[in-house]
Amino acid sequence: MKRQSLKVFSTALVFAALLMVGACKKKAVPPPPPPPPPPASTTASISVSPDTIQPGQSSTLTWQTSNATDVSIDGIGAVKPSGSQQVSPTDSTTYHLVAKGPGGTQDATTRLTVTPAPAPPPPTSSLTDEDLFGQTIKDVYFDYDQSAVRGDQQAAIQADAAFLNQHPGINFTVEGHCDSRGSTEYNLALGDQRASAVKTALVSAGVSASRVKTISYGKEKPFCMEENEACWQQNRRGHFVYQK
Amino acid sequence: MDDGSNRERAKNLPLICFVIFLALCVTPALAQDWVRTGSGLGVEKVRLAVPDFKPSNADPQNTALLKTFNDTFWGDLDNSGVLELISKSFYPLQTPGQPAEVTFGIWNSPPPNAAMLAFGNLGVASGKVTVQGWLYDVKNTASPQVLGKQYSDSATDEGARLIAHKFADEIIFRLGGGIQGIAESKIFFVSDRSGRKEIWMMDYDGSNQHQLTHQNTISLSPRVSPDGSRVAFSSLTKSGWDILMYSMDLNRLVSFPHFGGTNLSPAWSPDGARLAFSSSRGGHSEIYLSDSSGSGLHAMTTGRGPDVSPVWNRKTGSQIAFVSGSTGLPQVYTMEADGTNQQRMTDQGYAVSPNWSPNGQFLTLAWTRKYGPGEPGSSDIYLMDIASKQWVQLTHDGGRNDFPSWSPDGRHVVFQSSRSGKEEIWEMLADGTKLHQLTFTGRNSQPNWSWK
Repeated sequence: MKRQSLKVFSTALVFAALLMVGACKKKAVPPPPPPPPPPASTTASISVSPDTIQPGQSSTLTWQTSNATDVSIDGIGAVKPSGSQQVSPTDSTTYHLVAKGPGGTQDATTRLTVTPAPAPPPPTSSLTDEDLFGQTIKDVYFDYDQSAVRGDQQAAIQADAAFLNQHPGINFTVEGHCDSRGSTEYNLALGDQRASAVKTALVSAGVSASRVKTISYGKEKPFCMEENEACWQQNRRGHFVYQK
Repeated sequence: MDDGSNRERAKNLPLICFVIFLALCVTPALAQDWVRTGSGLGVEKVRLAVPDFKPSNADPQNTALLKTFNDTFWGDLDNSGVLELISKSFYPLQTPGQPAEVTFGIWNSPPPNAAMLAFGNLGVASGKVTVQGWLYDVKNTASPQVLGKQYSDSATDEGARLIAHKFADEIIFRLGGGIQGIAESKIFFVSDRSGRKEIWMMDYDGSNQHQLTHQNTISLSPRVSPDGSRVAFSSLTKSGWDILMYSMDLNRLVSFPHFGGTNLSPAWSPDGARLAFSSSRGGHSEIYLSDSSGSGLHAMTTGRGPDVSPVWNRKTGSQIAFVSGSTGLPQVYTMEADGTNQQRMTDQGYAVSPNWSPNGQFLTLAWTRKYGPGEPGSSDIYLMDIASKQWVQLTHDGGRNDFPSWSPDGRHVVFQSSRSGKEEIWEMLADGTKLHQLTFTGRNSQPNWSWK
């Protein structure tokens, strides 16, 4: 019911309007004043060069407009109608230029892409290879009178090899050490075998043999001076030393 | 390792050891076997009186040099093991400095009851010390003189010691049945008293200790050549462990090749023409041979375990004893000098540091017969008859004892021991008696007795 009455009403309205137009046409129309010349249209362009930078680097933003009275760039603010400016955003940025003039409003955009640093070699610039070596590399421990790398030390060997393979510039020495028991000469020969065993394990894990020096200290440079098994175990090891 | 059979043997061996020890030390008749070591042990000892030598003039230096001479002379005769020195408390108040002053009746009857009397005098004149010494058979009053000697040297402590050694050697030679004295022999060793382990040497009685090398790293295993002109040793250099050669004539290092790898424990052949040592230049540590200049290098052993500490049969030069870890814990082996006929000498435990007796029949070695985690780890000096592999334990007094080295006369053994609390050098007769300490300053190890 409601919709039907709305239809009737709108039809009547259209009919009335037609009547009115017909009435106007019949009147004499005065000639209109000449229209003002249309204002020149506003143009705007913006570019950035280079369009890809890394964090910390800068790029040059260049823009040109014509017939504009009010030029602004989002994020920068009002600028001269034409100009250039150095920018160094930390993230990728779209620069949106808006030029307003009598002839209208014109906008233009350009995008500056910021790529992350290409490789992590200096992941944190304060840590040197030597620091990383000291923090990462684990010594390899041996059983009494043995020079075979035992099972529970394989993880250390693999982790060491992984680090060393990621840092191919590092050269290093493996020192073979023995506990204080036993004889000076035999322990030097045993320490030599321990250092060689660590080197062999690293080489088979992909570390270049030319990066590894070995030396035996036998029982000449103990890490721990007490006479008990905990201390002896500390002294039975292949110890890594960074080669400057 | 074949633990079962070892344990069986271990039960029997102490018994065997005890029997042998009794036989050697208690029964004079059986002790004759012992004499084959060349020691002269077991023969009835001559009772010798040695009153202090007297000043022959009034020189002010006499007092100090007489003290040095008398102490050294007594020590030499006492250490020889072939004489019974009569305590000075039995001597008369008036002692002789000249033959005319000898009163036979006082000496040849109790309390001194001496068979022999060594006496004499010492005097300094114009920078020289002169000693006159006599050995008298005081029971033979008609013709008592056995020896009459005069010596002269620079008027220094060193000169006085040297004269004492020479005269003592004469007496030992005469009364010990032809035994060459050792009083002029030297002992080379490692000492850390300069702050680093360096090679040092001393007289056989511990006097006159002085430093030879100044490598300022770690220097080990000194081995003097048979003629005493060179000392080979192992030292940590920039390139690793190398064999270095020190000239006793030039008092400096002389060139010796760098072989690569870890090079340890040099040993001289008795003719001084060849060296045996341990090298890992080929990957594993093996026994290598070279001539004394380091050329003609070749490997004698092959195998996985570390091979180290070679020593030549000093009498024949045709065999080498060495230490190998090829079967587990290190054991002492012998082989021909061409590398053939390897024989395992020790049956168990941890056996290292063999040293061949001058007569070629015995090895001394450092042996921990029961060794391993939880064991007390006591290493003692043993004597082994090479032909029978029977052994006798020489040290029993605790500490770690290692690196025995025979005296030139085959009657003494010098070794390192921690029995005093730190590593020091000790000396004993080859039956384990007359034990005394030679070094007291710093840590001292790896003694090597000169060949003559």
